[in-house]
Amino acid sequence: MPAMDMTNPAVLPADWRDFLALTKPRVMSLVVFTGLAGLLAAPELPPLVLGFTAILCIALGAGACGALNQWYEADVDAKMRRTAKRPLPDGRMDRQSALHFGVGLGAFSVLLMGLATNWLAAAMLLASILFYVLVYTVWLKPRTPQNIVIGGAAGAFPPLIGWVAATGHFAPLPLLLFAIIFLWTPPHFWALSLFVRSDYAAAGIPMLPVVAGFENTRRQIFLYTLPMAAAAVAPWPLGLSGPIYGGCAAILSFVFVALSVRVLASRATDPKEMGAEKHLFAYSVFYLFALFTVLVADRWLAW
Amino acid sequence: MVKDGEEEIIRKRQHDRARVTALLLGAFVVLMFLITIAKTGINW
Repeated sequence: MPAMDMTNPAVLPADWRDFLALTKPRVMSLVVFTGLAGLLAAPELPPLVLGFTAILCIALGAGACGALNQWYEADVDAKMRRTAKRPLPDGRMDRQSALHFGVGLGAFSVLLMGLATNWLAAAMLLASILFYVLVYTVWLKPRTPQNIVIGGAAGAFPPLIGWVAATGHFAPLPLLLFAIIFLWTPPHFWALSLFVRSDYAAAGIPMLPVVAGFENTRRQIFLYTLPMAAAAVAPWPLGLSGPIYGGCAAILSFVFVALSVRVLASRATDPKEMGAEKHLFAYSVFYLFALFTVLVADRWLAW
Repeated sequence: MVKDGEEEIIRKRQHDRARVTALLLGAFVVLMFLITIAKTGINW
């Protein structure tokens, strides 16, 4: 048996914290939150342990997506400052371990979801994992600047899965929640990609600012913000939520549109001068948290 | 060939991973028990 070269860090067994890092815990927190909001907004709630398991499965599914994404993009991650310290490009883990971990976690999350809640929710969880990994990561991301427009659907699944896990069926409100996240994703990611454009360009990823330039990206951000704001307010006039949600959604969306107008007016090309873009990116995260919190609060206060 | 100090790192990482795995498996067993109780509708 040949002696193993233990000086290669990738041959050393990876630290368990590196497996945790593969799951992208910060991204997972937003996914878990929107999934929880979808579950809590449902008209019927499952027993506590089943609701907890549904959210756990959504979190594990998101973790599997993160791990498989990092497995596939290890070479690209090594070229970007933002991602170069991840376990795979930094040489703290071998790729095979990341692949096995991602596939195992994904399969486990789907099976547990099916056993604990219902198989429709499990099928949707499986579809969202496959969509994120195969359609977004493998197919769209390296090929087209529309990658996050279509790929955004993967991140929009959690509230729908949370609702279906609770009720066993679809309804108009979770479909609207899906639409809100779907339309929110392009302004959110394009705001980020404006001030990390050089990273994406160095890695050869055709993000919109790299392919179409700053001005076009700023216009697209503004154009996507309008239907997003309309979708965010829509549950109120459609009678799917109350005035508390309607009022808050209108104010939150107005601020979002106002910040996107600031981005539209900006002419900055140096990331250090992109205050408007950074504000919009930070606000977009707050916006989604606030919107879904108010939605759940509105539903519960109505009862 | 294992270099000086690497043997210790390997043992520590294996030990830590074994502990985390054991904790997760224990949590899974408890979760499966609670899911079974919830699905069968048994009231305590």
